[in-house]
Amino acid sequence: MSNDRTKASEEQIAYANILNVGMWIGLAIVIIMFFVYISGVLPRFIPIEDLPKYWGMKVNDFNHTLNAPTGWGWAAPKYLLTGYYVNFIGIAILAGLTILCYAVILPILIRKKDTPYVIIAIAEIAVLALAASGILKTGGH
Amino acid sequence: MLTKILKSPRAFTLIIIVCSILMLGAVLGYASTEAASPPPATPDVPWWVWPLSLFLVTFVLGIVAVLGGVGGGVLFVPIVGGFFPFNLDFVRGAGLLVALAGALAAGPGLLKRNLASLRLALPVALIASSAAIVGAMIGLALPQDVVQTLLGATILLIVLIMATAKKSDFPNVPNPDALSQSLAITGIYREESIGKDVEWQIHRTPKGLALFIVIGVMAGMFGLGAGWANVPVLNLLMGAPLKISVATSKFLLSITDTSAAWIYLNQGAVLPMIVVPSIVGIMLGSIVGVKILAKTKPKAIKWMVIGLLLFSGLRALLKGLGIWK
Repeated sequence: MSNDRTKASEEQIAYANILNVGMWIGLAIVIIMFFVYISGVLPRFIPIEDLPKYWGMKVNDFNHTLNAPTGWGWAAPKYLLTGYYVNFIGIAILAGLTILCYAVILPILIRKKDTPYVIIAIAEIAVLALAASGILKTGGH
Repeated sequence: MLTKILKSPRAFTLIIIVCSILMLGAVLGYASTEAASPPPATPDVPWWVWPLSLFLVTFVLGIVAVLGGVGGGVLFVPIVGGFFPFNLDFVRGAGLLVALAGALAAGPGLLKRNLASLRLALPVALIASSAAIVGAMIGLALPQDVVQTLLGATILLIVLIMATAKKSDFPNVPNPDALSQSLAITGIYREESIGKDVEWQIHRTPKGLALFIVIGVMAGMFGLGAGWANVPVLNLLMGAPLKISVATSKFLLSITDTSAAWIYLNQGAVLPMIVVPSIVGIMLGSIVGVKILAKTKPKAIKWMVIGLLLFSGLRALLKGLGIWK
């Protein structure tokens, strides 16, 4: 039988709780948006039947050929309200969840005066925010 | 009827063998289709055949991944990259999201049961996720045949690691190093198999963290997830108990893959028609896999996974070198 010694820490439970809720919300949105996409309710950025012409291309060629946005360009209404980019909402929620989890445990770590882990959590938020920002670009080949 | 089948180990073995044959048949079928009509255009095949096939293949991969004790990403990228007509950029983006979704789904339970350790994961994740960004950027910048060749070589390396690496349930850590002590990386969990509370600590932390730079780069570059490398480093090098290593590795992927996934997402290397059927297929397969896990012989499954990886690794290597187009 487990006892207090084997229980997870406060910050670990807080992280788990937010992860649990966020994951299910994100996953539900991913699936719902995919059905919106294939139902044809929204205008399509790429006709679905034309996808096989493009999915064999390198991503830089794909972007160039279709004049597709990079970075957060997909979030502009012009793109977001198309059947293709609407899928990115759920994917971005799943990809953004970890940043939210770190933001939730940060006050707990500060309250506990756990300085090394406060620094680690802040640094991780900065790393993930940098990755999510769209500032880092690849030249492509 | 179904319950009877589910309770029979022989029936399970049979189901797994049939699934494996079907999967191999499917991927071999795709290989011949691809040879007849190379990408990007596959004019003879209606568009919906690919996502549907992807769903079925990833469903089987989800079962096999759970039974073989590997993440879905490590099977997904070489098999889908080798035998479907999608560019490897999109396959790697999808592979990261497949691994990420699996890790996000498993994370809460592992954290609450205190099997995944936040104290162990956070410093490691900082190193690995930073390195994964670099890996993702390198992967997207390199020519496809180079990435394909490196992927094939990496998969063959993974096969070697899986076939030879030992595991230690409770490694002996007599003297934790100064870094792990200063970060208080230690824990205690209930080991039900022996009915005891197990206290654990780690050593060789600086070496372990250095290796996570390499692991992070490879995870980001190939979209593989990285459980195959995380577990040996956490368990054999750093001395964390096997259960803690496996659980922390799974949770760790949710952070490492997040950073790399953003690079792929921002670059547009995320094709919903590949990502969504794959995530749903592999998650449903994982649920079925967990249900039949107790009835199977792990060693047989392990060798089946190794065989699959060997085949798909060779395929990726030969495709990258232009020998098997």
